[in-house]
Amino acid sequence: MPPIDLPIVWAGLIAFAVLAYVVLDGFDLGLGIIFPLLDSERDRDTAVNSVAPVWDGNETWLVLGGGGLLAAFPLAYAVVMPALYAPILAMLLGLVFRGVAFEFRWRTERAKPLWDVAFFGGSLIAALSQGVALGALVQGISVANRAYAGGWYDWLSPFSIMTGIALVIGYGLLGSTWLIMKTEGALQERAFRLAWPFGLATLALIGVVSLWTPFLDPSYKERWFSWPNIAYLSPVPLLVLLAAVGLFRGLATGAERQPFLAALSLFVLSYVGLGISFWPWMVPRAITIHDAAAPDASLAFLLAGAVFLLPIILGYTIWAYWVFRGKVHHDAGYH
Amino acid sequence: MPELFDAVLLARIQFAFTVTFHILFPGFTIGLASYLAVLQGLALATGRQVYMDVYRYWLRIFAVTFAMGVVSGLVMSYQFGTNWSVFSDKAGPVIGPLMGYEVLVAFFLEAGFLGVMLFGASKVGPRLHFFATLMVALGTLFSAFWILSVNSWMHTPAGYGINEKGQFIPLDWWKVIFNPSFPYRLVHMVIACYLSTALVVGAAGAYHLLRDRGNQPAQVMFSMALWMAALVAPLQLVVGDLHGLNTLEYQPAKIAAMEGHFDGGRGVPLYLFGIPDMAGAKMDGAIAIPKLGSLILTHDPDGAVKGLKDFPRENWPNVDILFWSFRLMVGLGLLMIAMGLWSLVQRARGRLYDARWLMRMMVAMGPMGFVALIAGWFTTEVGRQPFTIYGLLRTSESVSPIAAPAVGASLLAFVVIYTAVFGAGIFYIFRLMRRWPGAEPDQPEIPPIRSAGITPAPAVAEQRGP
Repeated sequence: MPPIDLPIVWAGLIAFAVLAYVVLDGFDLGLGIIFPLLDSERDRDTAVNSVAPVWDGNETWLVLGGGGLLAAFPLAYAVVMPALYAPILAMLLGLVFRGVAFEFRWRTERAKPLWDVAFFGGSLIAALSQGVALGALVQGISVANRAYAGGWYDWLSPFSIMTGIALVIGYGLLGSTWLIMKTEGALQERAFRLAWPFGLATLALIGVVSLWTPFLDPSYKERWFSWPNIAYLSPVPLLVLLAAVGLFRGLATGAERQPFLAALSLFVLSYVGLGISFWPWMVPRAITIHDAAAPDASLAFLLAGAVFLLPIILGYTIWAYWVFRGKVHHDAGYH
Repeated sequence: MPELFDAVLLARIQFAFTVTFHILFPGFTIGLASYLAVLQGLALATGRQVYMDVYRYWLRIFAVTFAMGVVSGLVMSYQFGTNWSVFSDKAGPVIGPLMGYEVLVAFFLEAGFLGVMLFGASKVGPRLHFFATLMVALGTLFSAFWILSVNSWMHTPAGYGINEKGQFIPLDWWKVIFNPSFPYRLVHMVIACYLSTALVVGAAGAYHLLRDRGNQPAQVMFSMALWMAALVAPLQLVVGDLHGLNTLEYQPAKIAAMEGHFDGGRGVPLYLFGIPDMAGAKMDGAIAIPKLGSLILTHDPDGAVKGLKDFPRENWPNVDILFWSFRLMVGLGLLMIAMGLWSLVQRARGRLYDARWLMRMMVAMGPMGFVALIAGWFTTEVGRQPFTIYGLLRTSESVSPIAAPAVGASLLAFVVIYTAVFGAGIFYIFRLMRRWPGAEPDQPEIPPIRSAGITPAPAVAEQRGP
């Protein structure tokens, strides 16, 4: 046993990368999801301009999540990807559509509505597939001989469809609260009005997923509801309630930043809850973190770089957000 | 049917299709990012507006290309798992960390500074903006470094061991990263990206010069591109030769297939043309120069070279593809060198911007850098077959446990969607290249003078000349 438990450190780092991805790409995918609900083409331009300088960096966290999984937990990567074949490919193709739409919608007058639809549809499919993939992972994957042993449609279930919808709605909340923060005038008012239903639905769906998960498998139930776990873990739901109060208070009083921060908190808390359910599995009830881990030589080599590079990455990422701080306007950008 | 369309073949076609589309975009952005950095550097150093005009002209094209590179690259990073899960499990401990470094060192750097590069000119000073361009350019080169290290390791694995689970594990990272073929492949590829980009830039310049020989931004593009062709294309020939010698040492069967050498021996010929007959293990209708094959490969006319028959039949790569893809690449490279030499003659005579036939050749050569680049990739990758990790892990033993219909369905989705989406993107790039270089962004995209009445029109007319 080395002085540092490298697999655990890496599980933490990958969890961080995925969380960073979910909250960052969450709000720009969310913009895509609420895209058709905005009032005018001008508002849609403004919405796109508000994330155009940062979306690419946001999506890089997804590459880090995938690449990190391959590097640190190759067995988990090799099992999960074939198991979630259809949702993963749907997610990638959705991201193709919405990624190119950022540029393409400025390159043509005639086909601009088409790329607007691509932006919306791509974001929707990407978000839905991510939620479905997550749900499928939570409900379990059958593994035999270091490989996926299930069928092509195992990922499809009422639970995974529900988590898919939950993520779409949750991203919609992040997107609309982001717009509240980044815009003003009529567009901001529209975003305020959108944030209410998305907020209420998000909260309801968090409740449904939380109550459904324990019934998927006894181990989840035991994790959350056995004594003394229930006492130790009770802050999680209580903080969710607190974040919800913060969200709706912010919306009611017209606060510009508070709703977005509260929505982020909801995501972080749900994610923490998920982590508590997962521990110590990499693939629930099939492969543990230590089983899936690459040899320490691999983990240590990449960790040396990550420890040095991640602070620098966070530094210039924050700087990039800082450069584009404040309200965004319709005519921003080089187009 | 199952013979023809088995899951392995479908997965291979899917990887080849998605990576071939993908390589175009980073190939172009590696070249363009460096070119944009040079232009901005020149603008800052000389204060000449024309460099910023050219910068702005290519910046939008860069943005469109970059977006396509990001999304098509994302697909690649997950495809190792979806279609090649056994390979991922076995090779992950070695190649995974290298790809991790690519993300940490390159992708974040590019993405972090791209926003400032594209949208931040009015928010940060010119020097900080230049810095952002430099960081993006650096990011593209770092990306090439790491992914080519991964790729090279699959060709010439080194510094590894195999553990009890059958996984490749790293023993010496230095040997893994700087594996034997990596330095050659890296230099060869980066030069290929620079040359391919130069040909596109030069073709756009030539296209506009053919309509107006006095257009200054177009002159800058045309002239800079031809310097690349004149100086770097010959260098590429030398680098390519060294890369080939390295391949001969580590993957002799690939060289034999590229050269169409079924029979080895001393003083082997160079086949200029011929039809490879894999079943009969011979070349049909070959036009050959005696001993030149040995001379090129061993730098000795009587040097000994192995032929395909010296290797087990089941380890042969596909000769039909390799023989021709290699010739296509080399032929186009020679054309680039010829064009570079021609441009030197025209320059010496002081008539570079009068050389209309040179301009026409430049326009025709515009896409040929990328054709050569893809032909080169087909040569090296098809030549790696039938292995994913050369000599160690067979392709047929690398694939995911996914049934053929699922792989086929996803392949179909990729073909349809990539063709539509990236086809549209490439169309937009062509349209952006048709814009008049030097025109302000708010002017019509196509030069004919239809902005009647508004002040820029005379300026445009004047720029176009008589």
